Amino acid sequence: MTANRLAESLLALSQQEELADLPKDYLLSESEDEGDNDGERKHQKLLEAISSLDGKNRRKLAERSEASLKVSEFNVSSEGSGEKLVLADLLEPVKTSSSLATVKKQLSRVKSKKTVELPLNKEEIERIHREVAFNKTAQVLSKWDPVVLKNRQAEQLVFPLEKEEPAIAPIEHVLSGWKARTPLEQEIFNLLHKNKQPVTDPLLTPVEKASLRAMSLEEAKMRRAELQRARALQSYYEAKARREKKIKSKKYHKVVKKGKAKKALKEFEQLRKVNPAAALEELEKIEKARMMERMSLKHQNSGKWAKSKAIMAKYDLEARQAMQEQLSKNKELTQKLQVASESEEEEGGTEVEELLVPHVVNEVQMNVDGPNPWMFRSCTSDTKEAATQEDPEQLPELEAHGVSESEGEERPMAEEEILLREFEERRSLRKRSELSQDAEPAGSQETIDSGSQEVLSELRVLSQKLKENHQSRKQKASSEGTIPQVQREEPAPEEEEPLLLQRPERVQTLEELEELGKEECFQNKELPRPVLEEQQSERTPNNRPDAPKEKKKKEQMIDLQNLLTTQSPSVKSLAVPTIEELEDEEERNHRQMIKEAFAGDDVIRDFLKEKREAVEASKPKDVDLTLPGWGEWGGVGLKPSAKKRRRFLIKAPEGPPRKDKNLPNVIISEKRNIHAAAHQVQVLPYPFTHHRQFERTIQTPIGSTWNTQRAFQKLTTPKVVTKPGHIIKPIKAEDVGYQSSSRSDLPVIQRNPKRITTRHNKEEKL
Amino acid sequence: METAPKPGKDVPPKKDKLQTKRKKPRRYWEEETVPTTAGASPGPPRNKKNRELRPQRPKNAHILKKSRISKKPQVPKKPREWKNPESQSGLSGAQDPFPGPAPVPVEVGQKFCRIDKSRKLPHSKAKTRSRLEVAEAEEEETSIKAARSELLLAEEPGFLEGEDGEDTAKICQADIVEAVDIASAAKHFDLNLRQFGPYRLNYSRTGRHLAFGGRRGHVAALDWVTKKLMCEINVMEAVRDIRFLHSEALLAVAQNRWLHIYDNQGIELHCIRRCDRVTRLEFLPFHFLLATASETGFLTYLDVSVGKIVAALNARAGRLDVMSQNPYNAVIHLGHSNGTVSLWSPAMKEPLAKILCHRGGVRAVAVDSTGTYMATSGLDHQLKIFDLRGTYQPLSTRTLPHGAGHLAFSQRGLLVAGMGDVVNIWAGQGKASPPSLEQPYLTHRLSGPVHGLQFCPFEDVLGVGHTGGITSMLVPGASEPNFDGLESNPYRSRKQRQEWEVKALLEKVPAELICLDPRALAEVDVISLEQGKKEQIERLGYDPQAKAPFQPKPKQKGRSSTASLVKRKRKVMDEEHRDKVRQSLQQQHHKEAKAKPTGARPSALDRFVR
Repeated sequence: MTANRLAESLLALSQQEELADLPKDYLLSESEDEGDNDGERKHQKLLEAISSLDGKNRRKLAERSEASLKVSEFNVSSEGSGEKLVLADLLEPVKTSSSLATVKKQLSRVKSKKTVELPLNKEEIERIHREVAFNKTAQVLSKWDPVVLKNRQAEQLVFPLEKEEPAIAPIEHVLSGWKARTPLEQEIFNLLHKNKQPVTDPLLTPVEKASLRAMSLEEAKMRRAELQRARALQSYYEAKARREKKIKSKKYHKVVKKGKAKKALKEFEQLRKVNPAAALEELEKIEKARMMERMSLKHQNSGKWAKSKAIMAKYDLEARQAMQEQLSKNKELTQKLQVASESEEEEGGTEVEELLVPHVVNEVQMNVDGPNPWMFRSCTSDTKEAATQEDPEQLPELEAHGVSESEGEERPMAEEEILLREFEERRSLRKRSELSQDAEPAGSQETIDSGSQEVLSELRVLSQKLKENHQSRKQKASSEGTIPQVQREEPAPEEEEPLLLQRPERVQTLEELEELGKEECFQNKELPRPVLEEQQSERTPNNRPDAPKEKKKKEQMIDLQNLLTTQSPSVKSLAVPTIEELEDEEERNHRQMIKEAFAGDDVIRDFLKEKREAVEASKPKDVDLTLPGWGEWGGVGLKPSAKKRRRFLIKAPEGPPRKDKNLPNVIISEKRNIHAAAHQVQVLPYPFTHHRQFERTIQTPIGSTWNTQRAFQKLTTPKVVTKPGHIIKPIKAEDVGYQSSSRSDLPVIQRNPKRITTRHNKEEKL
Repeated sequence: METAPKPGKDVPPKKDKLQTKRKKPRRYWEEETVPTTAGASPGPPRNKKNRELRPQRPKNAHILKKSRISKKPQVPKKPREWKNPESQSGLSGAQDPFPGPAPVPVEVGQKFCRIDKSRKLPHSKAKTRSRLEVAEAEEEETSIKAARSELLLAEEPGFLEGEDGEDTAKICQADIVEAVDIASAAKHFDLNLRQFGPYRLNYSRTGRHLAFGGRRGHVAALDWVTKKLMCEINVMEAVRDIRFLHSEALLAVAQNRWLHIYDNQGIELHCIRRCDRVTRLEFLPFHFLLATASETGFLTYLDVSVGKIVAALNARAGRLDVMSQNPYNAVIHLGHSNGTVSLWSPAMKEPLAKILCHRGGVRAVAVDSTGTYMATSGLDHQLKIFDLRGTYQPLSTRTLPHGAGHLAFSQRGLLVAGMGDVVNIWAGQGKASPPSLEQPYLTHRLSGPVHGLQFCPFEDVLGVGHTGGITSMLVPGASEPNFDGLESNPYRSRKQRQEWEVKALLEKVPAELICLDPRALAEVDVISLEQGKKEQIERLGYDPQAKAPFQPKPKQKGRSSTASLVKRKRKVMDEEHRDKVRQSLQQQHHKEAKAKPTGARPSALDRFVR
């Protein structure tokens, strides 16, 4: 086969050669070239064909050939190299350049990407969008869950919803937070503050506080006298100063000035010796005066007076002297010497002016600031008050502190006493608390004791009754032996005694108390039961012989016959009714006697019969479906067989036990009151699954007849209240304390408006 | 009353002047209160016979009562408050000496709790549980509020207490009248009306007005406190019974033939011929029903607000002449000649219950104000007190020398029995306790045989009608000292009465709601609930609340074949079935264990026992 094919291919080659040999006018040279080329190719192919003859794929070795042969202008071929041509190869220049590397990288990236998938169809896209949108909105809306839950469980909702209702604060807190705003208020408060009136604390004004710390009468008098004296002195001094000021004589003033200057100098000298620091200050003052002098033109003969003097100076010696004097004065002043007479004089003047107020007054005031509390209006108290305003809760503490401090100031000796007292108080407090702790259980014990005593007394009464009953019965029923009765009587006191002995010691804790209560009720329960049993046991022997139908009624707990026939103790009455009665009544009595004698049993029998009938009537009826004559002989005197009857009898289900099952002397009607049932609830409301659960929620009456006014109002508050005339807007995030919805929510909402709106509607319905 | 001088506690001695001056002024609240001991103050002055006598509401609180109200003193609380006063202080610096809400004694609050927590509830979901919790919290709050408002009941009942060994029954009316104040003494009086035969009497609901009718036709109504006569007429016919309707303005008189209604001027308003030969009358104030028992054996309910006969019930027991009402549930008790007492409601054609009380006929029946106890007396000369709370068993029985012809309970549970011309009164321990028949509390002899008895509401007074007229006697501790000013105000004006009338009419209770247990109305009607459920299932074709049947989950790899599905289903069904069987078996075991008497050993010969 292969040989044939080979032969064919060879033939084809030869034909091509023939074709190529056809002469071509216009591309001769090229054709020649091509012809060469063709020849080459043919040769190659031939080689290939031959090599493929042996069946194995020989590895093709890249053959070296001339570059001109491979590269052509029009075609790109990768012949020779055994690989495909890569796009990047084209870009490869002779020399590697960095600029092309990036392009190559991009190219590689483009190539590495897979092919773009087909776009999904529209429905799928929408579905995906919906899913995403749902998830996002669900997440966004989940933050409302607590709000919704809260609103659902809220006792009352008031619309429009308000942000937060201010909690009702006590009036005192409100007052403390209050600030003066209007000018009038501010004015009033300024006034109050100035006068040291208490603004928030009406308990004690400073005056009152001061009065608490008041001094004795003598002290007050002395103090007043002192003040009066000071005031008088002040007025004298002022008067004198005023008078002296009015004197117009220049000479006098000059003399005074000089005198003062001298005095000042002397004092300065003294000061230098005694107190160099103060002297230094004086010196500084002098220096300042010198500076002032140098600045001014006062003594430089430039004034009006000096100019006139200068005109006269030529002729007048005196005037010349005066000028000289002035100049010398100027020199003196401007000199750096310490001694400066004129400045001293001036200073003296100022000092005098300062000293217009006598020292005494100042001294007194200084004293006042000190220990004397009468005038104790220092800024500290103000600050203290401010502090009290700021925190009213710490007020008493502070006050106490202040008081103690002031006391300490007053009487440093008393401090120790106070301390001692405090210690004692603390100790006593501790003791008291201990005592109270001790007293607590003691008190509870007492109460328990009293309770137990009550119980005991009750028990005693019970036992007494018991005994009485026994005694009465003893007298009547003499047939029974006395010994068992005594035995019967004994247990009661036995039970009592341990109670008496144990209880007061035992009770210490609450649990024990509870236990005790249980015990008590147990005992209370237990006690009467034996009594009943005893009574029954005593009665039954009496009745057995003459009561044949007793057996049937055995299951009944209380025997009817006994109930009515037992002899009851007669009442001891002081006033026995007068026997003489009206005739007809006597007659009636007689008849009663007869009736009593005969009726007794009749009444009971009638009643029992009635009861039996009632029970029968209330029993559900069986349904008999037997058809006489069906499948057997029928006729008069023929009854369907028992088997058949049994088969076709549908037994009615047994109803609940009668309420009067164990009460022989009572017939309670089992009929349902339909009229009342019409008023009862017939459908269970939503969250309840059992009627008893619902019943429990409606057991408390809500009417005003059974409740206080407050409770009634609270129980009947409407669940939703809307303020009339207000717009009820949908709930907003800000209303419940959330930040307004973030930007990220928005696109979701926009993309899927339909769903969101439904959600919003839900919110509005909250 | 002189009080013992208080021991000087913090008043400093006078001699140290300075010290006193420096002392802080004591505020009244800072003063450590000296607990005034009960023993310190001597009791009220006793009269010459050495007995404590408080027939009318004493205005000052008594020690005994105080101790009863708050048994637990708040001792442990106070010292703690004294310790840290600054925490409590407000702006004024004043400390609240009694911080926090006022303490409420537990037993007082318990009285107002109505939820029966002893009944177990089936397991409930969280949502339901929250509702239940809310209901319980509400109950607690309201009960606390009610307990706190008990403080407003300022008046206390009076009492009569003998010296040790002394019998209070020996104290006669003259002694009591001598001991009490003038106002109270004026409440004891006798009306000598010998002419018109034995009298029946009735007090109005407020206790202010009294109406009485004599057998021979004398009918009168008066304000018995001021003794102001409202009307006095003679109906020229035998009067069997007389009763005020809802207010003192209307008066029902059972005359020989028919029932007549008069107003307070004595003008006849109605003659009700459908109620003929009436022997006894009872008025149910909250239902506006006038119950009449007739000789013909009919019990007729007449709605006086609309003038309609609500129900006419045939008691089938012959002549009816013993009747009383249960104030708790408005059930009418009728006494019959066969020794039974039957309980009636207008909604039922047959008696709610029948109690066999006496071997002879029943002569008188009375029910106390709490509806707990019923006293009956019969021709067998016995006086019995029955418990009406479901058991209907006699609690105590006494034989009286001549039997009691009339019985009445007071508001506070005192029992009076009229026996011939003697009236005996028995008292119990407290309000809700049955009267102990051991010893009479008071006795009184009248000028003639008793024909009518009633305790006056809100006054310690017992009215007795007899052949010689009317006697009003003082019985300390008989009535409720505190009245509800909106409900039955003895001092109300005409305007107030009219307003009350409108309100009462608006709150009228329908007649069909009368039943033995009024609390049962607050229960779900289970029968119609189940009926409704059944109907719903029928309508829908399936039970919406039923547990969904087991549906096996589909499984992979060929394991979800039909056969395997069925198999799995069957497995679950079998398991459920087994559970059921197991439960029923357990129940059977329980029953057997209960039924079997543990005492005697079974013997081999038991099989022969017939």
